[in-house]
Amino acid sequence: MELNAKIPEGPLPEKWDRHRFELKLVSPANKRKFDIIVVGTGLAGGSASAALAELGYNVKTFCIQDSPRRAHSIAAQGGINAAKNYTNEGDSIWRLFYDTIKGGDFRSREGNVYRLAQISNAIIDQCVAQGVPFAREYGGLLANRSFGGAQVSRTFYARGQTGQQLLLGAYSAMMRQVAAGRVRLFPRREMLDLVVIDGRARGIVTRNLLTGAMETHSAHAVVLATGGYGNVYFLSTNAMSSNVTAAYRCYKRGACFANPCFTQIHPTCIPVHGTYQSKLTLMSESLRNDGRVWVPVKAGDKRRPEEIPEAERDYYLERRYPSFGNLVPRDVASRAAKAQCDAGKGVGETGLAVYLDFRDAIRRDGRAVIEKKYGNLFQMYEKITGEDPYKTPMMIYPAVHYTMGGLWVDYNLMSTLDGLFVLGEANFSDHGANRLGASALMQGLADGYFIIPYTIGGYFAGTPLETVDGTHPAFGEAIESSRKRIDTLLAVDGRRTVDDFHRELGRIMWDYCGMSRNNEGLEKAKGMIRALRAEFRENVRVPGENETFNQSLERAGRVADFLEFAELMVTDALARQESCGGHFNEAYQTPDHEALRDDAHFCHVAAWEYQGEDREPVLHKEPLVFENVTLAQRSYK
Amino acid sequence: MKKSIHVTLKVWRQASGGDKGRFETYPLKDISTDMSFLEMLDVLNEALTHSGKEPIAFDHDCREGICGMCGAVVNGRPHGPEKGTTLCQLHMRHFSDGDVLVIEPWRSRAFPVIKDLVVDRGALDQIIIAGGYISVNTGSAPEANSIPVPQGAADKAMDAAACIGCGACVAACPNGSAMLFAAAKVSHLALLPQGRPEAARRAIRMVEKMDGLGFGNCSNITECEAECPKEISIAHIARLNREFFRAQLASDEK
Repeated sequence: MELNAKIPEGPLPEKWDRHRFELKLVSPANKRKFDIIVVGTGLAGGSASAALAELGYNVKTFCIQDSPRRAHSIAAQGGINAAKNYTNEGDSIWRLFYDTIKGGDFRSREGNVYRLAQISNAIIDQCVAQGVPFAREYGGLLANRSFGGAQVSRTFYARGQTGQQLLLGAYSAMMRQVAAGRVRLFPRREMLDLVVIDGRARGIVTRNLLTGAMETHSAHAVVLATGGYGNVYFLSTNAMSSNVTAAYRCYKRGACFANPCFTQIHPTCIPVHGTYQSKLTLMSESLRNDGRVWVPVKAGDKRRPEEIPEAERDYYLERRYPSFGNLVPRDVASRAAKAQCDAGKGVGETGLAVYLDFRDAIRRDGRAVIEKKYGNLFQMYEKITGEDPYKTPMMIYPAVHYTMGGLWVDYNLMSTLDGLFVLGEANFSDHGANRLGASALMQGLADGYFIIPYTIGGYFAGTPLETVDGTHPAFGEAIESSRKRIDTLLAVDGRRTVDDFHRELGRIMWDYCGMSRNNEGLEKAKGMIRALRAEFRENVRVPGENETFNQSLERAGRVADFLEFAELMVTDALARQESCGGHFNEAYQTPDHEALRDDAHFCHVAAWEYQGEDREPVLHKEPLVFENVTLAQRSYK
Repeated sequence: MKKSIHVTLKVWRQASGGDKGRFETYPLKDISTDMSFLEMLDVLNEALTHSGKEPIAFDHDCREGICGMCGAVVNGRPHGPEKGTTLCQLHMRHFSDGDVLVIEPWRSRAFPVIKDLVVDRGALDQIIIAGGYISVNTGSAPEANSIPVPQGAADKAMDAAACIGCGACVAACPNGSAMLFAAAKVSHLALLPQGRPEAARRAIRMVEKMDGLGFGNCSNITECEAECPKEISIAHIARLNREFFRAQLASDEK
């Protein structure tokens, strides 16, 4: 297989314009002849559904929750980046592009990232017009704040609920299309398989979560916007139902999976506190605008934080990275926190936490100002921990948050399977080996509002597509294999619960394929995952039956896929013998413990092609070509 | 404070919409006070699964109080006893050793029970479909700063927009009214200049839709405001009423 990213020729700033001109168009009258399936209703899926329906396509939209408004984009707190330069600090499309490429440790495509930066401004315009209540200055104009990896304030926000407000904007735009009859909604549906006919994606199989009924849906193209796979770690900041199943099914049907080992561990989360814990909670990166991160200078210091005098505190981020200080990128901040805890300076009951302290900000600006900026975050922290962060510093620790890897897509956001488009976190395209804060919302909406509407038209106009419907034998085969997987899970009747297996898988991944990795550990993890997978198949207990609302069965299917997918992550981590961004192999580090890339051998996207059950996948490499930026060791000092 | 407590749960079990349903009692020992309410239900469900029984069905997703998926009535109060808190953000430290907790699904004509604690809240989406948006096609928006919005109006709009669509307001209301939900959306958009052109039409359509879906009328009991996990004020209901009457009397929308 030859990976062709289809990056347009020409100077960087002109590529997208030129490409849009060169893409063939579908005339307005003909658009209604095309059916499009959109799976997922987060920022990417919701915005794509709305934008495609506005153009006149027939859209069928699926989500796993009871309402499309609940997709996990809703939990994003801090903000969305755009190169508006409202703050007059010298921001530009070029600077947003450069910060994002550098933040991703030079493992993303110049063409894609530049386009993302170009589109960023139109996203803000669109969202404001929809009524998204962004924060404003007294004069009524939009306010900005700073995020990690940038030295300008380019982040737009709606209190600590930016993701929620942007999602409600996309959701309401989509609901307007439901009212117009151009979007049909299918809530409480889980995609179990992709249907491929003559090498093209032509439909999906879904399970109706209320009744267990297997349903088929045909279309001219399938748009996958099903989010990331962070829940492979069991404990993550992802919502409970976030999973890899839809993307993994597409991989098994022939779509390549790119850079699966690139996962983001977010530095500011509430630390783990018990074995019963079901998920981790993020504290927005925006808190690092005003909060100062520190640990006691002396290892094993058990005094309360208020009792530790200034001279005995180590503000290690400010000390090590004077120019970016507390706002270094996420991967750097996370590894630094781990290093402090490994050195015995961690705080709290478990020793796996560092302080995020607002004392100085409250002294400087007053409590009211801090409350206005972060009130809901402070409240959430207090609810969970029972401690008041206005009085005592927050305790934070890194947690799995986002996955940069995903299905491989070309510049048109089409996967290696014709007719399968992948948007948002589900694709791999824009964040390289580390995503900067406030860039996920930007990417999801760029893909959905402003890229897919053009590129899918180019596909339709240039591809002869025969009529197919659910009676095609490929649908029957896909339904049959989905049903067989479910029957197998229900028939095991073993002794361990689904969650028990999931928790154990999560521990393996966190220990050996988490913040820091080494070859020996990765090899070990591979064996452990295989053993656990084998045990799962013989010893899992899934109560109930298929024909009812059965949440245990839903989870069992997702965990079964995680148990296979985890091995692909480890395989990818082993193949990438360098450190970059969130992928830190201990054998490759600079003298002061920063990630050490190997551009001579690994300046590529690793795209894995499925070869069948129990066979090693094949690795395809897409070389990354940098014509506009110079590859450099990232420095935030 | 005690690190762990014993509690007794009386949980509504109902196999499907057609089933009559009943309470079942489950004693739980050594529940850590740091656990969230849903984690406590997870512990019970693991035990039920091990003993060959069906676990309790309950909706949940983000578990950080923002998606609006979770919710149950605990001892008569939607989302339990803590003010401004969703069920997933309610922690066991707010209960005492020996407490008996009665857990039921949202009870409302417009929210049929699907199973155990899971209800169908599709009616809320229907209200939004009726007009809970600003009609702007992708790509046709003007430059963002060309529409200044006074900070106070933006803040008030954000207060209303914080609604998570969980349905607790409906469950709390003796009339089963969805006024607070509809008002939050109408108010959010009516407070912004972008939302004004459709304000009259929106108010009329959303209220009409709500009435047609089996929700009750608002008679100013204010239970909705007391139980709303995002503490949305009933001032927004007053604004909806103003928008609605103004639309009826002074606009061409009918």
